[in-house]
Amino acid sequence: MNVMYSKKRHILIFLLPALILFCGVLIAPIGVSAYFSLFDWNGFGAKTFIGLSNYRELFTSNAIGFIKALRNSLLLAALSVFLQLPLALGLALVLGRKVKGERVFLSVYFMPVLISTVVIGQLWLKIYNPEYGILNVFLRSIGLDNLAKIWLGTKQTALGAVFVPVLWQYVGYHMLLMYAGVKSVPTELREAAMLDGASNWQIDRYIVLPYIKAILRVSVIFAVTGSLKSFDLIYVLTNGGPLHATEVPSTLMINMLFLRNRYGMGSTIAVLLIILCFAFALLIGAVFREEE
Amino acid sequence: MKRNRKPAEIIIYVGLIFWMIINLFPVYWMFTFSLKSNAEIFGENVIGLPHEWRWSNYTSALNTGNMPRYFFNSAVVAIATILITLVVALMATFALTRLVWKQKKNLNKFFMLGLTIPIHASIVPVYVTLSRLHLLNTYWALIIPYSAFSLSMAILVCTGFMNEIPRELDESACIDGCSVWGIFLRIIVPLMKPAVATVGIYTFLQCWNELMFANIFISKSSLRTLPVGVQALSGQYTTEWGPIGAALVLATFPTLFIYIFLSKKIQESFIAGAIKG
Repeated sequence: MNVMYSKKRHILIFLLPALILFCGVLIAPIGVSAYFSLFDWNGFGAKTFIGLSNYRELFTSNAIGFIKALRNSLLLAALSVFLQLPLALGLALVLGRKVKGERVFLSVYFMPVLISTVVIGQLWLKIYNPEYGILNVFLRSIGLDNLAKIWLGTKQTALGAVFVPVLWQYVGYHMLLMYAGVKSVPTELREAAMLDGASNWQIDRYIVLPYIKAILRVSVIFAVTGSLKSFDLIYVLTNGGPLHATEVPSTLMINMLFLRNRYGMGSTIAVLLIILCFAFALLIGAVFREEE
Repeated sequence: MKRNRKPAEIIIYVGLIFWMIINLFPVYWMFTFSLKSNAEIFGENVIGLPHEWRWSNYTSALNTGNMPRYFFNSAVVAIATILITLVVALMATFALTRLVWKQKKNLNKFFMLGLTIPIHASIVPVYVTLSRLHLLNTYWALIIPYSAFSLSMAILVCTGFMNEIPRELDESACIDGCSVWGIFLRIIVPLMKPAVATVGIYTFLQCWNELMFANIFISKSSLRTLPVGVQALSGQYTTEWGPIGAALVLATFPTLFIYIFLSKKIQESFIAGAIKG
């Protein structure tokens, strides 16, 4: 069998479709994007080589506002790590203690992850609707008329209003990953600790948390890279507006590409996003390893 | 152990139920306003059940909004993507777990890079290539990128399952005169059903909801997928909330329907896709 299994021809045939698809759509385009980022190009005409000018312009031009977009997405990443993940962790730990209705809670909490972001976005547009949206209707009904706002249309409130559904939608996702980890803690460990008189809180703190560290690392990486890449909900809710208040790198990139036909600049943003995602993934991995 | 834990427990349940309501409310609200008239939605009856169940909202969403067409497009793209992903991933996994050669481990790591690469990386080059090949505004413009981006996760899941199939099966099949293809198609693939289900579900949800590619690579309205279609529809009917609600429900229904019956399997597929990345 080993003779048959080591034939070069077989190996090649079995691997070829995957290699073509993977390299053609994922790997090669990274290089091509990096190459395009060095040009001034409108997508169809001639390309003009301009070296690193796109990068320079991106970081210095206030008109493009890349720094602001980047700051917005880093703020989202921070909120995600310090608000969304702790909430998800709390839910996972509680559900991991065999509470009644565990499955029902778990399934309901995970549901928003499965609903299309367009649907979620459209729903929240209606929730935030200044005249008929339930948020303002609710505020008016309890007499807080002056708190009712044009949530997505005002510069001061738009960013916060966009972040709420973005953070809310994926709590269930992180909770599910962490819950899977909590459930993988051997019951003997839990029981032994309980016999020693440890409280639920102590068990979570000293047994469960160290046990699920690998999953926490994955969650933090996903939360940060996911925030850097975030696009769908923001696109549906505000598309970066009003006055670029909710701009993130992805909305800026799509804007450059398909509204302003600046393919070189769009590629530059794409390249920076890839670099940032990989850099943060490595950095977070290193921080967790340091802790051990 | 029997310390008085009652108050703490009650607080925990209140918290759990509160978060459940926050998660259920938007969906409940969507279902109810999809059956209401504007008068009810805009004041008479904002959050209650509809006084008069207006199913006509659904007929108008279906008739005027081209929803059946978007549904069909999404289904074609999702099914084709699932099939291609599965065939390609199963073949690659067979080479990565069964066939004998050096660098297997490294190639596996290489494929796992795909779990971290954001789709932004490929948007410009893929767009340019698709347009040169005149594939923009065809189903292929979505099927090919979706399959490629599903591949890493599919290989990850398939590797786990394929490693658990005992090698003695391959050996006895080989002694019985099976070729490599015979072993792959008749022994391995039929035993991969659980992996196929996991990958299928995960891939389905990914393509069913994807927005960025679907928005950019397809501009012809007759080829739009559901998310883009719903988005366009909501732009057209800004003042008629009922039919928009109906369209949102129609777009969400298949996913929720599958979720009700396969919640455990779906959750497992998401866990499998994330852990050991």
